[in-house]
Amino acid sequence: MLPTFAEVVIVGGGVHGCSIAYHLAAKGVHDVVVLEQKYLTYGGTGRSAAGIRQQFGTEINCRLAKENIKGFMRMKDELDTDFDLELEQGGYIWLAYSEGQLNQLKKNVELQNGLGIPSRILSPDEIKELIPLLNVDGVLGASWCAEDGHVNPHRVTFAYYEAAKRRGVKFFTYTKVIDIETKGGRVESVLTEKGRISTRKVVNAAGPWGREIGKMVGLDIPIVSERHQIMVTEPVNRIIKPLILCQDDGSYWKQEPTGGFLIGMDNPNEKKGYDIGVTWQFMEEVSRRVLRKMPILRDVRVVRQWSGPYDITPDSQSIIGPVEEVEGFYLDVGWSGHGLQFAPSIGRIMSELILGEEPFISVDVLSFNRFKTGKLIPEPACI
Amino acid sequence: MKKFTDDDVIVCRCEDVTLGQIREVIRRGYTDPEEIKRITRAGMGPCQGKTCRDIIIREVARITGKRIDEIPVPTYRPPSKPIKVGLLAEESD
Repeated sequence: MLPTFAEVVIVGGGVHGCSIAYHLAAKGVHDVVVLEQKYLTYGGTGRSAAGIRQQFGTEINCRLAKENIKGFMRMKDELDTDFDLELEQGGYIWLAYSEGQLNQLKKNVELQNGLGIPSRILSPDEIKELIPLLNVDGVLGASWCAEDGHVNPHRVTFAYYEAAKRRGVKFFTYTKVIDIETKGGRVESVLTEKGRISTRKVVNAAGPWGREIGKMVGLDIPIVSERHQIMVTEPVNRIIKPLILCQDDGSYWKQEPTGGFLIGMDNPNEKKGYDIGVTWQFMEEVSRRVLRKMPILRDVRVVRQWSGPYDITPDSQSIIGPVEEVEGFYLDVGWSGHGLQFAPSIGRIMSELILGEEPFISVDVLSFNRFKTGKLIPEPACI
Repeated sequence: MKKFTDDDVIVCRCEDVTLGQIREVIRRGYTDPEEIKRITRAGMGPCQGKTCRDIIIREVARITGKRIDEIPVPTYRPPSKPIKVGLLAEESD
């Protein structure tokens, strides 16, 4: 049964919704409800390749990313979970195939190093030494950070969920939000398929559906939902540790600790909207691309493909914090495909913002207001 | 000699998941087959759950008292049988 009142209502049962819920409860706010339209991890979270990296090209993301890594490293203890979160810091490499790409990576690395992130530029010979199975034809260089890596996105989310639940947070799945009611410019209640909850604080952590949630309070949040496809192979012996990303054709892949290769690619012509179907063309095209780079994968079998939605903003940056237009309405949306890894830092920051505290890292530059002032901060390190 | 019980039965042969593990996850509060899959990996292997899917749904029904048709069914995705990356790449030449 839905409660009739909650101190905070979070819309979205992905990794961000669950992390915010945990951080609020850990700070003593236990009267929190999380609403999810399907099951936990249904949206972008559960469909993510779940890379974690500090190699970003804007200061705000680098600062947050450092905290994310620390957060993942202490997560098992902090959340007191018996789930294997499959955190593996096997490194993350961005391969450049043009002078323009390499120059951008050099700029990124300079920024990262200045903020204490131990990334560096590698020459093609160094790349070959690091990943002997990789074909480096056409590669001019790369940026590399050995501390980066990947996690199991599902178990991270369920670990947050359980830690929040133990502290009194209530979760309702298959409970779609139909409307958010306001009065005198402030949030009053959330109307769902299963009833109404009165509340003074609502968090929009609905990812690609965040635009629809925004409309309910009259906000036009500039998010475009775009499908991204991926496939996974059968498990084979571990042959690579790093997550590899190629900037010539947008292909990327990682080998999970369990042995399967997750292989995806960027496709600017992908379908917009909420369709999470898959295409044969993707499997064929991404196979062709990955084999040019890692011919050893030729005889490995693909067992499954799927897709998930990215919530893309005009500057490929998230939209974080309260909004001037509606009191009590908070945003944590627009992650543009790199959101999963920000759950540790942003979950904490959102809890601080909701409680009216000074966030431990200022996220003013990510405010919704930037679309009115025109102060966009394009993130160059996106895939 | 150890006495074997239902709990020792392997329900997902691809990912080596036992019925006991499935039951533990259900008792822990995960009653959606998608959530169970995402926690245990049952159904993520080469057969995509052709064996375990129905068993898991039946267990959820048994433990929660829900009807089988009230339980959401995980999606099957292509390819229906594993295909080599090399073969997929040739198709697009």
